[in-house]
This record gives sequence, C-alpha cells and structure tokens, in this order.
Amino acid sequence: MRKTPRLQLKGMTKVYPSVIANDSIDMSIAPGEIHAVLGENGAGKSTLMKAIYGVVKPDSGQIIWDGEAVAIQNPAHARRLGIGMVFQHFSLFETLTVTENIALAMDDYKSMESLAGRIEEVSEEYGLPLDPGRLIYSLSVGLRQRVEIIRCLLQHPKLLIMDEPTSVLTPQAVRKMFETLRRLADEGCSILYISHKLDEIMELCHSATIIRGGKVTGYAVPADETATSLARMMIGKELPVCSRERPVVDGERCLEVKNLFKSSADQFGTDLKSISFSVRGGEILGVAGISGNGQQELLYALSGERLVDEKDCIAISGESVGHLKPDERRNRSLGFVPEERLGRGAVPGMSLSMNVILTAHRHGMVANGLLKFQKAAQFAEKCISDFTVKCGSKDDPITSLSGGNMQKFITAREILQSPELLIVSQPTWGVDIGAANIIRQSMIDLRNNGSAVLVVSEELDELFEICDRLIVIAEGCVSPSVNVDETSKEEIGLWMSGMFPGGPAEGTSHEATSDQESHVC
Amino acid sequence: MFVKIEPRSEPSKAMKYLSPLIAAVLMLISGLIIFSLLGKNPAEAFHAFFVEPVNDLYGIGELLIKASPLMLIGTGLAVGFRASIWNIGAEGQLAVGAIFGGYFAIIFYDYSGLFILPLMIAAGAVGGMLWASIPALLKTVFNANEILVTLMLNYVAVLLLALLVHGPLKDPNGYGFPQSVLFGDSAILPVLVEGTRLHLGVFLALGGVIAGWVFLQKSFTGYQMQVAGLAQKAATYAGFKYKKLIWIGLLSGGLAAGIAGVLEIAGPIGQLLPSVSPGYGYAAIIVAFVGRLHPGGIFLSSLLMALLYLGGESGQMNLDLPSAVTGIFQGLLLFYLLAADFLIHYRMRLDRSRLEVN
Repeated sequence: MRKTPRLQLKGMTKVYPSVIANDSIDMSIAPGEIHAVLGENGAGKSTLMKAIYGVVKPDSGQIIWDGEAVAIQNPAHARRLGIGMVFQHFSLFETLTVTENIALAMDDYKSMESLAGRIEEVSEEYGLPLDPGRLIYSLSVGLRQRVEIIRCLLQHPKLLIMDEPTSVLTPQAVRKMFETLRRLADEGCSILYISHKLDEIMELCHSATIIRGGKVTGYAVPADETATSLARMMIGKELPVCSRERPVVDGERCLEVKNLFKSSADQFGTDLKSISFSVRGGEILGVAGISGNGQQELLYALSGERLVDEKDCIAISGESVGHLKPDERRNRSLGFVPEERLGRGAVPGMSLSMNVILTAHRHGMVANGLLKFQKAAQFAEKCISDFTVKCGSKDDPITSLSGGNMQKFITAREILQSPELLIVSQPTWGVDIGAANIIRQSMIDLRNNGSAVLVVSEELDELFEICDRLIVIAEGCVSPSVNVDETSKEEIGLWMSGMFPGGPAEGTSHEATSDQESHVC
Repeated sequence: MFVKIEPRSEPSKAMKYLSPLIAAVLMLISGLIIFSLLGKNPAEAFHAFFVEPVNDLYGIGELLIKASPLMLIGTGLAVGFRASIWNIGAEGQLAVGAIFGGYFAIIFYDYSGLFILPLMIAAGAVGGMLWASIPALLKTVFNANEILVTLMLNYVAVLLLALLVHGPLKDPNGYGFPQSVLFGDSAILPVLVEGTRLHLGVFLALGGVIAGWVFLQKSFTGYQMQVAGLAQKAATYAGFKYKKLIWIGLLSGGLAAGIAGVLEIAGPIGQLLPSVSPGYGYAAIIVAFVGRLHPGGIFLSSLLMALLYLGGESGQMNLDLPSAVTGIFQGLLLFYLLAADFLIHYRMRLDRSRLEVN
C-alpha cells in the first residue's frame, strides 16, 4: 500500500442473541476512496457501520484509524475523529429550522447566526444550495437528506458513511449527489457507500466489499465487474429475473379514481388535489414519486382507512365505494398491502396463524361468530410454503420474522385471497433481493390471471421492471399515465419534480426549472 | 451515572405467566414485614390472614361468595381491557345493577314465584349496561376519555343508591334506618350447601367466566377486540368497527357488574343498603390484570383476591389490625404485578457514559 489507510477493520465481530451480524470482517479504505459496502438486507452492513460510528460496540476486532488502533466509544467520539454518517432514516425535528437542527448535533458552535452563515457557505461550496432558515417540514425528502449531508460536512469529515442514500431521490438528484461525493473524494475524504443497487455502485465506487450473512464474500473493483458477477457475490447465486410477458387480456376497469380531493390527516402531510386515474384488470399500474408527495394519503383513501366525502370519487368494478369501510371494500375483492408492516399490516403479539385471520377471515374462517382455527392454520401454512417464508412455525409470533419475511407473509395473505384488485405500497422496502423477486413475480402472476394491480413505490427500477403503465404523484397531483415502454427513467424523474402536463411545476421556464430542482431534489 | 431502561430483545414467555405468582409471593413477603413492624408475630399473622378464614366448610363458602362477583366482573372488564378500553366504573355499574334488581325485589315483596329472581337479574344486567352506556356514548360521539367518565360515574351511582335508600326505597317500618325492606324468600338466591351461605350465584359467576372464555378465546368479535387492543392501526386496516368494539367493551363490563350487584343484594345482604359492595368493582380491575385478562387466570386470581378480603376481616378480628390492611394487600399485589410486567419487557442497566443527544 502506498499510503496509510484511512480506516482499517480487522476481524470485526458482533454477535446478537439469535444471529451473528458480523463474523470477523476485514476491510480497508484509503483516503479519497469511495468504497462500496454491498449486501442484501440483513447481511450485516448496518451493524458494521454502526460499529464504526460508535453506536454499537463490537464483541471483538480492531478499528484502525489513520494507522492507530482506536476504540470508538460513542458517536460524539466518532465525530471528533472525523467520521460522519448520513443515516437512511433521517433524525430531524420537523418543527425546527435547518440551522436549529444542525446546531443540535454540533459539539461546538458560537452562535446561531454564525452557524447559519457557515451552512450557507458550505452548501454553496458543494453545490447543495440550502436555506438555513427554513423549517424542516417544508423541505422535500431530498432536501432533508441535504441537511444531513451538510451537517456532516460542517465537521470536515475524513470519512463519510452514506447508508442507502439514493432510495429517496429522483434520478436527477442522484446525479447531483454523485457529483458532490466525487468532489469530496477528490479533496481526500473517504466515503463508505452502502447500497444494494449494483448500477450505482459500478458507476460511483472505486472498490467494494461484499458481505453475505455477516461474512465478507469478496472484494472487487466494481468497474471491472458486471452486475451479474456482483450479484452472485452478494446473494450467492445468479440474480433471479422476473418473467414479465405482456398482458394477454385487456380487462374491465377495476379501479377508477375520479376527481379525488382529500386533505391530509397529518398537519405536515400532503393534500390530494383532483386525482384521477384508473387500473384495468390484467395490468399493473405503478405510482412513482418521492415519498411524502401524497402517497400515504392516496393509499388511506383507496383502502378505506380514511373515507372520502364524495362516494363516487372511488369506484371498484364500477361500484362507488368512497363511503365504504375497508372490510366492505375487501368484500368487493380488494387486497391491500400497506407499507407499515408491524402494527398495521400485521398485529404484533399474535402468531402468524392468528394474523391470517386479520383480513382472510372472510374465506371460511368464521362460522356462527366463532373462529375456525384449523382453517386459519391451513391458510397460514399455504402462505408460508407458497412464498417460502422463513419461520419456525405458523404458531410463532409474527414479530419473530425478519422484515423481508414479514412482507412476504403479508403479501402472501393478500394475494392468496385472489383479489381482483390488489394495492401494494412499497412492496420491497427493506426486503432482500431473493424475497423481492418472489414478491414481484407474485404480483405479475396475479396480473396474468386477470387481476388489476396498483403498486406505489419509490424505487424506479422496480416500477420499470414490473409495471405496464406508470403515473407519477407530486405534491398531491398525479400525472397522466404513460406506458412503461414509451418513457424513460429520466422523463419520470422530471415528472417526479412536478414537471408534467398539468403538474404543479408545469410551464416553468428553463431558468425556473433549475431553481425548482433545487427545491425538490 | 444513569440508570438506563432499555427494552429486552426477547421478553421471556414463561415469565409472562409467572409474573402473577412472583407478584403474589412478593406481596406476601411485604405483608409479613408490615405485620412484624406492627409488632405482630409474622407466623401467627400469616395463619390468621391466609389459613384461618378457609379452614372449614363455612370459610370455603365465604371464599366462593366473595370470589363470585370478582370473577364475574373481572371477566366482563377483561373483554374491554383486551381492546384497551379502560372501564374503571364497575363499582358504579354494580351499584346501579343493585338498584334495578332491588327495585323489583321491593315491588314484588308481597309476591312469591320463580319469576322474581330471573327478573331481578335481568334488571340488574340492564341497569349495569345502562350505566356503562353513558361512557360508551360519550366516547363514541365526543371521544371523551372513558377512564375519567367511568370513574366519576362511580361516585354518582354510589350516591344515587344512598339517596334512594334514604328516600323512596327506604323500609317504611325500618325505624328510619337507611335501608330497604328485607327481601322476600323468592327474591333471595337459594343456599347450595347446608351450614354455609354459599348460594346459587356462584354458578352464575362461573357461567359468566365460561361465556367470557368462549367470547374472548374463540369468537371473531373477541379476536377483533384483541387486535384493537394490540394495534389500533391494524384494526382500522382490517376495517373492524372500532365504535362497535367500544360499545361491546364497556357494556360487557356493565353487564357483569350489574349482575354481580344483584348477586350481592339477593345473596349475603338480602336487602338494599347505602353500600352494597366493599370495592368489588375496583378489586376486579386487579383481578383482571393478575389473571392476565384470561378468564382461566381471572378465576384463579379472584380466589386470591377473595382470600385477601377474608384475611383482612379475620386480621381485624383476631389481631386488631386496621381495616386498611385489605387495601394494602390489594395495592401491593397490583404494584408488584405492574413492576414484574415492566421488568419482563425492559431491563435496567447502570450506564456510565453521558447521555448523548444525537
């Protein structure tokens, strides 16, 4: 090695009661290197990063920082060493300003005014314009991430850890962030880039450590690899591909939304403004958009968890259902997988078997007001076997499942009821690639059987992989629909910023467009 | 140095069922310490408190008489508690049940027949449910907090009973004492075992526990109540009608308490008095929780709580203990149970590192 590595890990091991999260991991990052940590969900990436940032203490192993062994006590200690971390889920206070939020994490600052000045300075310098006086709730997700990044940059980090940073960004915003990261690397800052998106890693990173099941399965130079070879290292087998043949049938209109207005229940939520679209049997319609643009509100209205004032706004198979509660809509063959799994899609404290009853009770599990536990158990067994849910048994508590397996189980419960209309929110959020493929394939199979499927997702790749048509939601408005074959990720990306015919940012001039982008991305 | 409270990654399953036992043992130990501090011989006190009351057939009968309303009300309350509907008003619902049942005993004083007791019980049930429907209505329409409403209505109900026995329901030949006439034989629950006061009501209470078990463990509505209690969002997601569950949760408590009120006046008391319950409505809350909101557990915990009542009386008579002693034991039991439950889910750890705002 030419120079001392910025960070070296030797034999890092962390054991949790039921799982070995990190098993003797070795890794080395040079100054100015962008290093990918690649692995499926649950592979142990986050645990490793938390150990570096001082959030968890490793059971054994050594962290060598600039050539010296250190024991990182806590995040403040890590920050003093020059380690910054941008978490996947932001920790910002919505009612405070950018400056106030950043001040909370700073160990030293003179005054709010001087801090605001520095924020402006740094944000200009790195091409990440940000108004320090704005309140967090008024910022888009992309801008919130920018706050987190600037919070790190203010401390002149020598190592920046980015945990799945692009999952909330439009393709345009991803470009912009990559520029910033490259620039930081040129200045000598090392970057640990955690992701499972192979194309991003191949484009951005100089080197990669691949982790599977808590162990390092390979080191690679991403530019020299193919997506297939990286995937093989990451999941231990070939990347499974969904088979998506064109829909054969052009079915009836299954879901029709007309002129739906709905104010949000959350004071920082997004109101829905005149939303209209429809889904036919035999097709998958994707709803793209950056989170927080009205997806939650739309799903609550479609599922019936919040009723709408005009019952004709929403129709299932031609029947107005806007005034009907979720169970009555389910009786009209609606299936729904919410993005919150535990506590909404599934009941904590109940077994898998009992969780089946939650929505599948209408399929012969209740007789004379009494439950037929046998039926529920059979249904649970079928969910487990058809979707290869990894669990001890149907009688285990639902909380014993990992996130991906819980998602598989909930999706299985909804799909195995053979709904004519299935609505799925964030189908593969935090789900590993193997499970994600099972879930995606099952939605495609359902479509091929003539059902209508509506998928709301932030992952453009996923939507392009499985959907037939796409619409985009931005600031509570939806775009016209477009066939997947007739559009591109770039176009959808622009639409996600509200720039679509009839969209909130339509007709803005080119100058204004770049300004707009800084607001949205 | 800070004491840090952190959630346990896996709460012990065995402990969930052992914690009522642990709580009972700790209650016993603390009780004996209190006895010693009062200058009583702990062994003697223990005997007087927990053995003497039940060492003969009569005592066993008394135990069951006391346990009956507790298990009945405890089961009724558990239905609501499962759905996180906190009915603290069983004491008042019991009083109103007694008023309704007692009214029919008084107006049919000159009659005899098999219709009187069922009529009284039905009236008591209606009375208890009417009283419980007030918080149910306020909660479903105005989202009023049912804890406060039910609690405050207890005072109203108990004073209403006192008002009635001082006035319209007072025995005209009772020398002005605030009490009703002694009920006729047709309005008194028949005694089951010669030489005891054990009456037919114990079967009614057991029937209630069994009905509660079927409802909570086997029925779809019981399942819905449990879902609503564990995760309200999941209940909304499934489309369960939460307002219906509120009504069921509160009315089942009212129903059970109302019937328990009739069992009291048609059983050991035999007339309406200004006070017809030694706090059964409150004690049943403890019974429900010590019994893990499960009718089987509630049956067992009602026996324990009944023993505390008997022990308290025996302690007053034999050891000159103050009457507050029953309340102390009940409080200790609930306190230790809550503490044990908390420690099942959380552990405490000394933490030397500074609290850090991240």
